Amino acid sequence: MHELKMKYKGKKMAPAINAFHTFLFTPDETTHSGSHVRGADDLKRTMNTVIMALVPVLLFSMFNAGYQHFSALNGFPENFSLMEHFLTWDNFWIGIIKVLPLLAVSYGVGLLVEFIFAVIKGHEVEEGYLVTGILVPLIVPIDTPLWMLAVAVVFGVVIGKEVFGGTGMNILNPALTIRAFLFFAYPTWMSGDKVWVYEARERSEAILAGATDVDAISGETILGFLAQNKEAAMSAKYSVSDMFYGFIPGSVGETPTLLILLGGLFLIFSKIASWRIMLSAVLGSLVMGLIFNGVVDQGWITETSKFYGLMSFDFWKHLIVGGLAFGIVYMATDPVTGSQTNRGKWIYGFLIGFISVMIRVFNPAYPEGVFLAILLMNVFAPTIDHYVIRGNVKRRMKRLQNVVIHPKDSDAHAAELKAETV
Amino acid sequence: MALLSKKDTSLILDPLADNNPITIQVLGICSALAITAELKASLVMAVSVIFVLGVGNVVISLMRNIIPSKIRIIVQLIVVATLVIIVDQVLKAFAYELSKTLAVFVGLIITNCIIMGRFEAFALANGPWKSFLDGIGNALGYGVILLIVGFFRELLGSGTLFGIPVLGDPIAKTGLYATGYENNGFMIIPPAALIVVGIIIWVQRSRNPALVEEH
Repeated sequence: MHELKMKYKGKKMAPAINAFHTFLFTPDETTHSGSHVRGADDLKRTMNTVIMALVPVLLFSMFNAGYQHFSALNGFPENFSLMEHFLTWDNFWIGIIKVLPLLAVSYGVGLLVEFIFAVIKGHEVEEGYLVTGILVPLIVPIDTPLWMLAVAVVFGVVIGKEVFGGTGMNILNPALTIRAFLFFAYPTWMSGDKVWVYEARERSEAILAGATDVDAISGETILGFLAQNKEAAMSAKYSVSDMFYGFIPGSVGETPTLLILLGGLFLIFSKIASWRIMLSAVLGSLVMGLIFNGVVDQGWITETSKFYGLMSFDFWKHLIVGGLAFGIVYMATDPVTGSQTNRGKWIYGFLIGFISVMIRVFNPAYPEGVFLAILLMNVFAPTIDHYVIRGNVKRRMKRLQNVVIHPKDSDAHAAELKAETV
Repeated sequence: MALLSKKDTSLILDPLADNNPITIQVLGICSALAITAELKASLVMAVSVIFVLGVGNVVISLMRNIIPSKIRIIVQLIVVATLVIIVDQVLKAFAYELSKTLAVFVGLIITNCIIMGRFEAFALANGPWKSFLDGIGNALGYGVILLIVGFFRELLGSGTLFGIPVLGDPIAKTGLYATGYENNGFMIIPPAALIVVGIIIWVQRSRNPALVEEH
């Protein structure tokens, strides 16, 4: 590998060779002596930490893929036991044949695009795709065809990231760009009650075609039930603890709120993700949920309204269904696309939670508003930061005016200070 | 003796590529986003603009010495409006269905920045023949982009070209659809046009770096 690297030095393929090289070996080209302080938390370390926080979710989702499939076929088990019904080889096998290909396509196509762009630009390959690549399979429905995923990944990486200049320059979260592309391009594969459980769609198509030896299966998400005002049917099927532990249908990895919570704590304690964004997003969604609950309590919305199901849904339950928890912990906290200033982070997070729940309730066509809310706030993040910084400057200027400065050179000094603060 | 002198040729050919009204001057974007979901609509729109801009440029050029400069915008607007109404009525008479698809966008040709831009920048200062060539050239440049965008959007979004299915039947699952291919609903909505135009601009500027603006 080292020889190859020297051989290709300065040639067109050098970035690709280098990428493999640093992937396998620690580069030996750093300073060894002198007074350089080297932080241990480089980009690769950051990315790896996020991936570590995601691995439990990924494993859970592989078991859940099978669990939802068999439960839809045979009914949910009466006396649920984790070892007997959930952590079984049969369940895991469905995960292997359905979730792993999604993961492989996501990484394969995404890294290929990164390599091509690295070679064209003559840059080093950036590690940015490592996290995106594992996020993508976790936020799509399980039966997403692989070619669709591939097309979406190419779109998301090229349009969402590379045209802006690659990792660190992107305005939008690439994983969410990929999800949004899939949602708008192939809506029939992304919503409804046939996409969340493995084989549901194939079976319904076979039945439509006249097959009689297959049983129809379906798995509506909780939000889907509520959007149709079928709360009773939903609560008969899923308990609150099911929602919290994640034994419910949904995008591949968005369901296990408990594991996401643990992942989030891990990210907070390793100081990778911002606790301000997470906390304020949770607060934002709770406030919006409370407002809707209040509207229902006041009797302004009756059971005949099409919003009743989602509006009367207890405000705190919004956090444990759908992708809200996943989005808040892993997507909203993306350091590149989120707000950078501390006060900006509070505003940014709060609005993500607030708008997510609002979209959920007001637009039943988008049962999952989280990705739209985060993308919207991604766009506004620089604006928020701008005003936070302006506010800071203004406050400091005010403080400066109140300071008694030596009368003689006050003007020159003030102008100097102004230049510094702006 | 060629029909067009070298200078005249460049009047027509420049706007097609290196001085394209959409991709270089970034004018007339709104209609390019709105009506390019189908190739047929793009074609009709392109032809309409070629007519309006070609004739309009000649009319303005003929009147250029008698238009008081203070009210020239009003005069220009009247000329465009007259021509656009002609186009609109012709479409309603001979292609009613299509005129419904294009709806308000035929009327909005009046506000198409390319047209006012060429009147102001060229027709007011040049003779009728040159103005005619300039109008045709710019409208062609506009039309070419419209057709390219329309081609990709209709092919990927609906699997048809000019309304004729080319990828098979999506409902009966023939042709490409038998392999599991699906139409891309994203290409139907206007944001897709923005992205396609963006990609065209990207390709054009990376092929010809001289077009990239200095910062």
